[in-house]
Amino acid sequence: MKTMIGTLLGASFLAALASTPVAAQQTTLTIATVNNGDMIRMQALTSDFTAKNPDINVKWVTLEENVLRQRVTTDIATKGGQFDVLTIGTYEVPIWAKKNWLVPLDKLSADYDAKDILPKIADAVSVKGTLYAAPFYGESSMTMYRTDLFQKAGLTMPESPSWEFVIDAAKKLTDKSAGVYGICLRGKAGWGENMAFLTAMANSYGARWFDEKWQPQFNGPEWKATLTDYVNLMREAGPPGASSNGFNENLALFNAGKCAMWIDATVAASFVTNPKDSKVADKVGFALAPNKGLGKNANWLWAWNLAIPAGSKKVEAASKFIEWATGKGYTDLVASKEGWANVPPGTRTSLYRNEAYIKAAPFAKLTLASIDSADPNHPTVKPVPYVGVQYAAIPEFQGIGTQVGQQFSAALSGAAKIDAALIAAQAATEREMKRAGYIK
Amino acid sequence: MARRTSTTRTLVTTLAAWLVGFVIFFPILWMILASFKTELEAFSTPPSFLFFHWTLENYATVQERSDYLHHAMNSLLIAGGSTLIALLIAVPAAWSMAFAPTRRTKDLLLWMLSTKMLPPVGVLVPIYLIFRDFGLLDSRFGLIAVLCLGNLPIVVWMLFTYFKEIPKDILEAARMDGATIGKELIHVLTPMAVPGIASTLLLNFILAWNEAFWTLNLSTSEAAPLTVFIASYSSPEGLFWAKLSAASTLAIAPILILGWFSQRQLVRGLTFGAVK
Repeated sequence: MKTMIGTLLGASFLAALASTPVAAQQTTLTIATVNNGDMIRMQALTSDFTAKNPDINVKWVTLEENVLRQRVTTDIATKGGQFDVLTIGTYEVPIWAKKNWLVPLDKLSADYDAKDILPKIADAVSVKGTLYAAPFYGESSMTMYRTDLFQKAGLTMPESPSWEFVIDAAKKLTDKSAGVYGICLRGKAGWGENMAFLTAMANSYGARWFDEKWQPQFNGPEWKATLTDYVNLMREAGPPGASSNGFNENLALFNAGKCAMWIDATVAASFVTNPKDSKVADKVGFALAPNKGLGKNANWLWAWNLAIPAGSKKVEAASKFIEWATGKGYTDLVASKEGWANVPPGTRTSLYRNEAYIKAAPFAKLTLASIDSADPNHPTVKPVPYVGVQYAAIPEFQGIGTQVGQQFSAALSGAAKIDAALIAAQAATEREMKRAGYIK
Repeated sequence: MARRTSTTRTLVTTLAAWLVGFVIFFPILWMILASFKTELEAFSTPPSFLFFHWTLENYATVQERSDYLHHAMNSLLIAGGSTLIALLIAVPAAWSMAFAPTRRTKDLLLWMLSTKMLPPVGVLVPIYLIFRDFGLLDSRFGLIAVLCLGNLPIVVWMLFTYFKEIPKDILEAARMDGATIGKELIHVLTPMAVPGIASTLLLNFILAWNEAFWTLNLSTSEAAPLTVFIASYSSPEGLFWAKLSAASTLAIAPILILGWFSQRQLVRGLTFGAVK
């Protein structure tokens, strides 16, 4: 009996040893991503990638944007090697690429057709002409408005409205007794919350974060005009408690029929026109973000991208995944499974030449126009030393942006006066820029 | 008359207690209700309390997208493991401090507590580097170790407080009867301190179950507990409250059930010594 057990154990051990090389050939990719609709869809379609690449397994780590940013930054800075593919924004790409934290994507296959990537998006994820991340979806911002309310008020939204028109229309469309507000804008403090909107708005007013010598510019007339118009507009025509509203809160308000206008990310277009989520799905029109007649619209530029951290030991498999997820084939896959309206927008020129997509996504033309009009290298009227439309791509910006955002949110809620908020923003930014060594 | 006053007072205090209890429980109740709403209803203003379209869709989505059991098992192992190890270390330590104190015992206790005053993010990078070098990133063992060490000061303090309430004479009597330190600990001290040890165990288990900073930062997929599961449903771009509520309800369900069934022990333990 003992001999038999021993033989069985020995056979099992040998079988385990024999099977080890097969298991070793399997590569497991750990992919860190954010909880956005397009990313969740990508996870659900992963079986298509693993079917085409049976030697590669995929593990997903989905986290909230800010948690993911902190988690991934810790890992990449310490070369922890926990992730093989990262989802990062256009803000991080140039900063991390310059620190050699990312693997350059200069060996993509000819089939991938990197030249098809929209030029503005490609610029945003490249350093000195080399791609360091592949865009998964891109977005700008635009004006979404209620066609029925505009018609009722006898107003016609121009394709490229001015701030004067928007402010005037917002006041006319506000009916507080009926719970309808002329305009919903971001007010929640944060560099990616109210400051994304306000920086884009300030660009259209000719304001800039820093002059060519990195001197903060909140003491200039352009920022004062921006903040004054924003605060007054929101007080007169905005919803109550607007200083707590971010993208999601405004989306809920707009979908519930409480906003006549909403200026925010182009990605919202598919949400507000989805009858499952929106009470006003068939009453939404689109226009470019407003301008002040200075040649710049108040729209931003952002993309979520896939990149390979320098610590990854599975670069080849990671490249294959990135080519699959950001290639043209993936767009076709999503279209075949979930329809053209659900394909990730804003990254490829060919998508905007596709008749089926244009027909399924009425907001496609304006999304492309908005992306095309944003220029990360020349975001505002005057020259700037930084890259980025609604942010300055320097490591210190997250902290500074959030501090300034808190001041401006306080001005909106009435906790601080506009002038005081601008003075505080100038002082905080000067202090941080001195500390970081940009200015003396 | 006196009886009536007493009844009225009891009624008022009972009502007040229920009201306070309801206020404390309301956020959890609201989360559970939101988990049965559609995303639009979960965000709607004014919010609907009970009269909405009840749906199980969020639970189905959560189940489809995530491996709940994998995360729940990790939470159980990490919280349970860290609690048991902390107790094994803390019982002898607290015994020593309570029954054989030195002139440095008080300083030692305060020093232990002071380690809880350091914000965890302050030591994130050193801990991350240690974990990286020892291959502990995304491992249950690593998380058990870090949570055990993190909660150890509280466990020692709680047990020390309970042990201090036990009369020394009883232990001395056991020693007179020839009990060794080990026997004294296991057969005399532990049975007397069961309510205290039970409440320490439960509280530490709840703390470890809810711990989010280290579990989010030191795990990715293999060792990821329910905190990571919840975090995957939050998003600044897109409606997610109903799904997040469903995920959170699933995450707190085991600990809520545990708390419900052990509430008598928990209350006895927390008030242990107060009536002596």
